[in-house]
Amino acid sequence: MKRKLPRTVQEFMAYAWAMEVEAAERYAELADQMNTHHNREVSELFAKLARIEGKHRDQIMAQMGWTRAPDTSSFRWETPEGPETTDYSELHYLMQPYHALKLAEHNERRAAEFFERFAAANLPADVRAAAAEMAEDEREHVRLIEDWLARYPEPEAGWDEDPDPPAVAD
Amino acid sequence: MTEALTHTDFKSDIKPVWCPGCGDFGVVNALTKALAKMELRPENVAVVSGIGCSSRIPAYTSCYGFHGVHGRALAAGTGLKIARPDLTVIVTGGDGDGYSIGGNHFLHACRRNVDMTYIVMDNRVYGMTKGQPSPTTEPDWDSKLSPDGTGLREFHPMVIALSSGANFIARAFTGDPNGLADVIVQAVRHPGFSFVEVLSPCVTFRPEQRDWKKIVKPDAIKPTSDIARAARRMLRDTGFDLGVLYAGNRKPYAPRGERANRDASVLEARFTL
Repeated sequence: MKRKLPRTVQEFMAYAWAMEVEAAERYAELADQMNTHHNREVSELFAKLARIEGKHRDQIMAQMGWTRAPDTSSFRWETPEGPETTDYSELHYLMQPYHALKLAEHNERRAAEFFERFAAANLPADVRAAAAEMAEDEREHVRLIEDWLARYPEPEAGWDEDPDPPAVAD
Repeated sequence: MTEALTHTDFKSDIKPVWCPGCGDFGVVNALTKALAKMELRPENVAVVSGIGCSSRIPAYTSCYGFHGVHGRALAAGTGLKIARPDLTVIVTGGDGDGYSIGGNHFLHACRRNVDMTYIVMDNRVYGMTKGQPSPTTEPDWDSKLSPDGTGLREFHPMVIALSSGANFIARAFTGDPNGLADVIVQAVRHPGFSFVEVLSPCVTFRPEQRDWKKIVKPDAIKPTSDIARAARRMLRDTGFDLGVLYAGNRKPYAPRGERANRDASVLEARFTL
């Protein structure tokens, strides 16, 4: 996010919370998109990722003792969307779990880099410590997704070729 | 006190049937965020559309919706706003619906300057009908349905809007839903006819448009209320320059005194033989 750097742990964790909210909502949307196009396997995978990000969101709420969502209305990401949010344009209706997990891996790496920048910034020590902890969490997520990816070999070229392409969705 | 709504409150339970990767998902995202930011209520907003992939949007919001006739979304939106000035009217559609079939309505909606917002999701192709060139398609776009391209010069919606009298003109990109939401908020709040041209990739028939996210130039256009300055800015427009081009001061159209809020029975009486 730009314009305003967090000066307190409360503010910093509100950023982290906003990131998880956006990521969870997007994964849920992507699951719906895949379900609409009868790609059940990838739909279930995105739904699982949505649940995982939702759990992270709830963990932040519990950790901070918040009973209501923090005010993030003045926040702006440095990038068009949050670092853990999948770009809509990355999807394809024939995509396979490998592709979905590669997107998730990319998101987790960006999230780790995002927190690493805060950990290295000129910020109060407690904010930098919280950022370092969040960065380590995200690096752990990268490792988990790498393990998950090992179960899915990279699809061969031509995976996106459809002999009977849908021209209209309905 | 009424509890503030979030963007999810403005989404309906109907799941979009657009192709995964379609830019229009970002427009629903941005539109619902914008409505929440403005603290509007779904029952006070009407989303009107014509025909085409993007014109499905009313069904995906929890607002009042009107999925109308091809190219006639602006006519329906104009009538609605005149009859119910209390509603926030948002007209939506695509480049084919808005610039070809509805091209004439576009000109006159700009000229009339009724207080409503027109969001056009421009993917430079007719997606729903299998990929024919639209008014904004590049002249050299080679496809099965237009071998070697049409050779026709593109329609320039922002220039047309400016010259026809639109009071607010902007271009945004659907790959930045948060930025697009901010532009929609400005457009809705600006009095008169607001036009937002949204670059919205069609990944099925124009897969090369996935690269738009690398091409667009955020904040390349700076807002002005000087129409001559806005026109000069358009002379060096790349088609991917984003921002608010023009925010004018023209008074929005409103029915004159005795004609406003007239009961339908009064009108009926005039036509009774």
